[in-house]
Amino acid sequence: MTKLRFHIRFPEEKIPEPVIYQIGHEYQVVTSIRRADVRETTGWMDVEFSGETEEIERAIAGMRNKGVLVDPIELNVVE
Amino acid sequence: MAKMKALICRECGKEYPTEALHVCELCFGPLEVKYNYEEIKEAMSRASVEAGPKSLWRYKELLPIEGGPTIGLHAGMTPLVHAKNLGSFLGLDELYIKNDCVNQPTLSFKDRVVAVALTRARELGYETAACASTGNLANSVAAHAAQAGMQCYVFIPGDLEAAKVLGNLIYRPKVVEIEGNYDDVNRLCSEIAGERRWAFVNVNIRPYYAEGSKTLAFEVVEQLGWRAPDQVVVPMASGSLLTKIWKGLNEFKKIGFLKDVSTKVNGAQAEGCSPIATAFKDGRDFFKPVKPSTIAKSLAIGNPADGYYALKTVAESGGAMEAVTDDEIIEGIKLLAQTEGIFAETAGGVTIGTLLKLVKQGVIKKHDVTVAYITGNGLKTQEAVVDSVGRPYRIPPSLVKFEQMFGQQGAA
Repeated sequence: MTKLRFHIRFPEEKIPEPVIYQIGHEYQVVTSIRRADVRETTGWMDVEFSGETEEIERAIAGMRNKGVLVDPIELNVVE
Repeated sequence: MAKMKALICRECGKEYPTEALHVCELCFGPLEVKYNYEEIKEAMSRASVEAGPKSLWRYKELLPIEGGPTIGLHAGMTPLVHAKNLGSFLGLDELYIKNDCVNQPTLSFKDRVVAVALTRARELGYETAACASTGNLANSVAAHAAQAGMQCYVFIPGDLEAAKVLGNLIYRPKVVEIEGNYDDVNRLCSEIAGERRWAFVNVNIRPYYAEGSKTLAFEVVEQLGWRAPDQVVVPMASGSLLTKIWKGLNEFKKIGFLKDVSTKVNGAQAEGCSPIATAFKDGRDFFKPVKPSTIAKSLAIGNPADGYYALKTVAESGGAMEAVTDDEIIEGIKLLAQTEGIFAETAGGVTIGTLLKLVKQGVIKKHDVTVAYITGNGLKTQEAVVDSVGRPYRIPPSLVKFEQMFGQQGAA
């Protein structure tokens, strides 16, 4: 079991979509939301994904395909 | 009692021991160092600072180490230049350049943060230093690790320019090129940092690393004769530097070195990567990540970790933000070189370009004591100006030809 932490950002057109719900259904990944700020035009969440590493990787790829931005919890670590 | 009290979450306030932690386990907010200022106030005076080493370690009581400094002993105490020529050009009476072009050993302000990070890392028992970087940070970590006899891993994107790769290889770290786009590189580095017991300076050591930037505030106050400037102009990449300069100024107030702090903190970005400045100008308290496209590569962080806190800091201090084009960056580099003899890297061009704009807008005024932070050396980014500085005069080895070109008095 792996636990990885991410900062997820939703573009405006994705705000109405139940992205986190969909991820839980489409992949064997448990999501724990720790902080979030979702507004009419933008939104972000700090989340932890638990599951097998490969399944988390698939979930991240799935979110990116939906147009959701997924970054490490540290945001940019390449300076 | 220890001068470091704890690590504290900047969001929820939960406290942690002063170990290699950087994210709050509860809310995932970033951690920073909390100090015992009463203790520090007792241990530190202006006289004790003035009698200290000619380096950033003269402020060691306000830095996050438990013992004495062991790595990066020569970083800091760079010149604060009274820029009379540039000031005259801009109509400013008291303009100063904080010149970290000559910081030691790798000629950028990163030597400050890395000196602090690796001294702390060694206290915590780490034998390997690491970072993910495209430039100045990698140079500094590799150089300090070499001097300290630490193992070193430097992670870089696979498409980095040859000169920048060489600048790391010379110190003989293990340089790992990662294939894939920037986001892939970024995420892998974060995961490696989580897996290995390494001092990843800007990830698990970040709360300590970032504190090194405060010394840019401490030194300026001391070099100005123990007074805070009215205005500072600070380049922004992650935004951390700007927030720590503000923290440093306010710490000097807390320990009684300054009566008051009314400094306006102004942020500078390149238009090709200006998520923080754009948010400020739009009046937003959040930024939107961008894909960087600018010659100011040392500031090209599209999703800045401290962007939110930089916005808060500038608002709190009553400062402003501006962004400049690549052409304005080049003009800024040339202007600084041709008025003050200081050759800055592209980030310096961003600072000077922004300073120009803020003066034109009336944000910075004639009598304001103003400090512009120049954070890296121009020899590192020569490609940015190579096509805009002209060519040498060329003559045959003949005095006649020389005098034909320059006249008897040597004027062209």
